[in-house]
Amino acid sequence: MLQINNLVVEIDGKRILNGLDLSVKAGEVAAIMGPNGSGKSTLSYVIAGKEDYEVLDGEIVLDGQNLLEMDPHERAAHGVFLAFQYPLEIPGVATMTFLKSVMNAQRKARGEEELTTPDFMRRVKKAAERLHIDQEMLKRALNVGFSGGEKKRMEILQMALLEPRFCILDETDSGLDIDALRVVAEGVNALRDPKRAFLVITHYQRLLNHIVPDSVHVMANGRIVRSGGKELALELEASGYAEYKEEAA
Amino acid sequence: MPAVQETVERVKTLDVDQYKYGFETHIEVDKAPKGLSEDIVRFISQKKGEPEWMTEWRLEAYRRWVTMREPTWARVSYPKIDYQDLYYYAAPKKNPAPKSLDEVDPEILKTYEKLGIPLREQEILAGVEGGSRVAVDAVFDSVSVATTFKEELRKAGVIFCSISEAIREHAELVRKYLGSVVPVSDNFFATLNSAVFTDGSFVYVPEGVRCPMELSTYFRINERKTGQFERTLIIADKGSYVSYLEGCTAPQRDENQLHAAVVELIALDDAEIKYSTVQNWYPGDAQGKGGVYNFVTKRGDCRGANSKISWTQVETGSAITWKYPSCILRGDNSRGEFYSIAISNGYQQVDSGTKMLHLGKNTTSRIISKGIAAGRSENTYRGLVSAHRKATGARNFTNCDSLLIGDKCGAHTVPYIESKNASAVFEHEATTSKISDDQMFYCLQRGLDEEEAVALIVNGFVKDVLQQLPMEFAVEAQKLISISLEGSVG
Repeated sequence: MLQINNLVVEIDGKRILNGLDLSVKAGEVAAIMGPNGSGKSTLSYVIAGKEDYEVLDGEIVLDGQNLLEMDPHERAAHGVFLAFQYPLEIPGVATMTFLKSVMNAQRKARGEEELTTPDFMRRVKKAAERLHIDQEMLKRALNVGFSGGEKKRMEILQMALLEPRFCILDETDSGLDIDALRVVAEGVNALRDPKRAFLVITHYQRLLNHIVPDSVHVMANGRIVRSGGKELALELEASGYAEYKEEAA
Repeated sequence: MPAVQETVERVKTLDVDQYKYGFETHIEVDKAPKGLSEDIVRFISQKKGEPEWMTEWRLEAYRRWVTMREPTWARVSYPKIDYQDLYYYAAPKKNPAPKSLDEVDPEILKTYEKLGIPLREQEILAGVEGGSRVAVDAVFDSVSVATTFKEELRKAGVIFCSISEAIREHAELVRKYLGSVVPVSDNFFATLNSAVFTDGSFVYVPEGVRCPMELSTYFRINERKTGQFERTLIIADKGSYVSYLEGCTAPQRDENQLHAAVVELIALDDAEIKYSTVQNWYPGDAQGKGGVYNFVTKRGDCRGANSKISWTQVETGSAITWKYPSCILRGDNSRGEFYSIAISNGYQQVDSGTKMLHLGKNTTSRIISKGIAAGRSENTYRGLVSAHRKATGARNFTNCDSLLIGDKCGAHTVPYIESKNASAVFEHEATTSKISDDQMFYCLQRGLDEEEAVALIVNGFVKDVLQQLPMEFAVEAQKLISISLEGSVG
């Protein structure tokens, strides 16, 4: 599904990703772990197409198409979804309005019919219930005055509605208490599908108790330095990232 | 002349103009010679078949005007206007007052259709029971060419006609109220307008009548170098209500066009006037060339107790906007409101705001201003809130927000607050923000393209004001906001 080859990325002349290779299969949940500053968030931004990052080498291929040749909104329509670590606020734009705009923008880009209002409402209602998002919250401006937990649930709601094929969760567990974490994890687990892959970026093993990965990759110094099964996460939890930091130094 | 033509062609081929309504209608025009003099003023007055008192009124204005100087305090700059190099009167030919739309020049009707204002459809729609009804006093250049729904309004006792017709048919009302809110000597542009205004709308809503429909006027500027001098007078008698909509678009052209309108509103005891504007005149091309100069004087007088005047404006067009719709809160317990969205892009310059003059007791006012600057534009809010010595219990709330798109534009807020009464309570809030790169990326990641993302964020920013517009207008305004911000990113 997703194939990253020899990805080299700089920001402001500073090298962040240094020949990164990664492969994620359809249906797979891959976790990326690593010390702070290892380039985890940069990887998520580069896949999604944020400006300011200079890609010097390599390619990111999702289902046969090189994402690096596409604009961010085209990547979104092609099925890339990034759940932000710090979701942005859009004052004055009702959450429902935002959801409808983005769903229809993606459908339009793929040459599909726009959603009818009843169909849209039905989809939102169903997905919102699962994430314990009430109608009141949907009427408020997107993410404005939302708690940390509400913002993360809103990210997962968007993920559920947009039905992406490749989902990136960037430190989704940060700032969540255990109950909120459980709701978010359940929301993600409900979306696991043989045709869909996840890249779960996290510093701590905690999240991976709830979203159990198929593979775990350790990132250090801008590349993947070790890969293994879910037990690798437990090992890291016990030993920490010290050995990888030394390697970096 | 060929050189000018060449410039026009070149500008056209650049294909950078975002102005969607840039076309010109070819019809013959009956115009006065260039320049301004007492003779021209008399010519205009005579052309319009005006009575002697009106001619004198105009001449008095003209004599004052020649002694006045163009104001320079606004934060706008433009080449000096040669007032002797303009035409002051142009009327579409062959139209001795059409009795129905069939008699209107087909070219004109076509123009309206391009603008999405099918008069014919509106008339048909009017027959639909319970449907939304909008009466259009269509102003083409300077002369009203079609007035619909007149009959129905007449039944309610509402007078809605061109100001020229009002001068002839309702002289007593015009004489009583014209110039009573914006005096002949008010300011340079208003005085010029008083001398040479060619047409505009007149509305009178009698005592206790709630006007049965929204009244609407669409203005268009046509014909080269025709200064446009509209004059609007709206009177809401005791206990009446009227909602008036004004919308404008103009054809694209290579020369600057001067526009100096005057709008006067009078609300008597317990009356309410709601005046909404969507302004989309040609803003100039991507280099800042051409575009309308808009110097407008709009003022409402809450003359009676418990009266209310509410201004709502969506300003997206014009190269230069100089406009301060204001309220004189004379009657006790009267209320003034100003809701504004001013968008500037390219090289547009906007200096707009309001004045709330509290004179009566327990008067209240509310100002919500949203300025959006993109491209290389300059956007200034300039406002005055004042309480007279006798204005016990005056209250004002002001909120001015500015949004910047890109880093080559400017937003400025210049609020003046003067209180001569210790019991007055004036509140002022102001913010300036930018669409952040992160906000943009968030929207792009969800599948919106750059223009859709900006339009969405801006529509959120102006929501409080859009809500004040009548439904049909709000939809049009939302579209206009998206169109006017095209090319503001990337």
